[in-house]
Amino acid sequence: MKITFAEGLARAIHESLAADSRVMMIGSGIMGLNPAAQKAMEPVLNDFAERISVAPISELGLAGAATGAAIGGLRPLVDLSTGSFIFQAFAQVVNEAANIHYMSGGQTSVPVTFYSLAGMRGGGAAQHSHRAQAMLGQVPGLQILAPGGAEDAYRLMKWALQESANPTVYISHGMLFGESADIDPGAPMLPVGRARVCREGADLTIVASSITVPRALAAAAALDKEHGVSAEVVDLRSIAPLDRQTVLRSVAKTGRALIADECHRSFGVAAEVAASLAEEGLSSLKAPVCRVAVPDVPIPYSAPLEAELTVSAERILAGALRVLGR
Amino acid sequence: MPSLTPAERIASMLRIRRFEEQCITLSSHKRFPGHYHVYIGQEATAVAACAPLLAGDVIYTTWRNHGHLLARGADPGRMMAEILGRAHGYCGGRSGTLHLSVAALGIPATSALVGGNLPLAVGTALACKRRGSGMVVNFCGDAALEEGAAYEAMSLASLWQVPVLFLCENNSIPPELRKRGQFTSSTLPAKRLADVPGSLCIPTETADGADAGALGECLSRLAAEVRGGSGPRFVEVRCTRWPGSFPLWPELPCGPWQLDWAFEAKPGREDLAAWNEQSDPLSLYVRGCVAAGTLERGALQAIDARVREEMERAVQFALASPFPDASEAYGPVFAQAGQAR
Repeated sequence: MKITFAEGLARAIHESLAADSRVMMIGSGIMGLNPAAQKAMEPVLNDFAERISVAPISELGLAGAATGAAIGGLRPLVDLSTGSFIFQAFAQVVNEAANIHYMSGGQTSVPVTFYSLAGMRGGGAAQHSHRAQAMLGQVPGLQILAPGGAEDAYRLMKWALQESANPTVYISHGMLFGESADIDPGAPMLPVGRARVCREGADLTIVASSITVPRALAAAAALDKEHGVSAEVVDLRSIAPLDRQTVLRSVAKTGRALIADECHRSFGVAAEVAASLAEEGLSSLKAPVCRVAVPDVPIPYSAPLEAELTVSAERILAGALRVLGR
Repeated sequence: MPSLTPAERIASMLRIRRFEEQCITLSSHKRFPGHYHVYIGQEATAVAACAPLLAGDVIYTTWRNHGHLLARGADPGRMMAEILGRAHGYCGGRSGTLHLSVAALGIPATSALVGGNLPLAVGTALACKRRGSGMVVNFCGDAALEEGAAYEAMSLASLWQVPVLFLCENNSIPPELRKRGQFTSSTLPAKRLADVPGSLCIPTETADGADAGALGECLSRLAAEVRGGSGPRFVEVRCTRWPGSFPLWPELPCGPWQLDWAFEAKPGREDLAAWNEQSDPLSLYVRGCVAAGTLERGALQAIDARVREEMERAVQFALASPFPDASEAYGPVFAQAGQAR
């Protein structure tokens, strides 16, 4: 079955609402301003209207209410809208939801899913382009899912809504909505916390997540075709838990690592992966690790300015050639 | 609906007071680190708020939670063990005084962030509404209304018409203002706290935190309204700050409360004597019960002796509890699948 990222998301939500009466939604703007993607949500809106709570523009209140609803026995999916808006909700996501299980000594569990439509999306400018996964990665107690394709869009959302026992931030991305994949809905899911080797290779490892997954795959294809380089692509799938072992195993094989990350360069997901390679994989490395990440400046509006900062397939390819000494 | 006899009401208030006195004593002996907040002077509110609650109802409280937990039925020994950071504390020493919670009693998570619990309470009330049973009481202080979280939460509660009672204990009031009949918070520009939820179409009331009997009636009625499905309510309970809470660290200016203070004796410090005379819900209720002939002093002495002994035992239990093994620091960060309710 061929589905897009947006269809996978909508299908996962629909199936979860049908499967478990505890699943409910607070807000439903999952697809942002994308009309084609919005169309995929129509079955959810038509079939489960009474399971969707009306959401005013109150990210802080909504995040807390979803957390409280999870404490009360529901399994809410709360739409925190554009990725940058999770900052309005930070106090509840970071300082309430993430802490409750630990602070209570394990008495209380919080199976809430925070949906964040993150990322540089074209024209979002400084206040609508954030990717908060690295900042959230500093918060023990949060699970952070960052699907990079249609299959994980579907499977990780289903897992969050039906199986997870903990607060989960689902990092979606508007630029991924059209990505498609052939999936078998009945097949078992690669467990959460395991990265996926989505292209095998011998010469270097490209570590990617979320939007950088299709771009890393495009770069790997071009490396093969234009430069005779065999690149392995590892899709992290989740930022927390972070599957360091799969990355280390891949780099042990290839000896070289590039990390493609849409977070800002400093203290980003790439920085954490690089640190793990320095601590545990140094003997495997034949060359310094390369980070291809967003420079440490706010995101500008104008298209050529935004493009200058974007982690594109071309920049990943150029970075790979540097790692290879070419 | 459960209701309290005068003797039960006094015993409940007294348990809170004697527990807090033990806390202050343990702190002054450096038995636990960190700041803490006592509930002396507000006992009538917790007792009246928790009396009408049933199994399955939920309360959310704050850093000033000891009274609420005791009124809901928490074990003082395990509470004190948590405050001392011991292994037998309700949270195994991970919460301390600030985040004390007892999920089995419907106290699932306690936030020490000002206003942080109101959104949680609204969400749990939404779960109650969808399930068709249960209600939530959210305790906060007056300063919570200075936070955006409180406004957003009350807005959601009103929009969704969920069964939550917002109980705001306005303890900002120094005695000199109470005399002049002024009750606003120290730093909120609204003239009345209730104007804020009122603007969101939440029915509001105000009540006197020093009148334990009237509070019992008021909060039972409000709980019944909320439980009946008519949406959220907000009540401001006006409490006059106990002088022992004025210093940065709480203290007992004239030692533990004495039953005689409800009658002819007076605390030996002017501000405490004035507070005892005008604003202490315990002294005033005890005095009223004896004056009305409901209770005799001998019976009160017996209640007090029992409560003192219970709290001494709680302290002994807590002090005897070991500190947690250092390895306990590492978890539980995540619940296992299947563990979630």
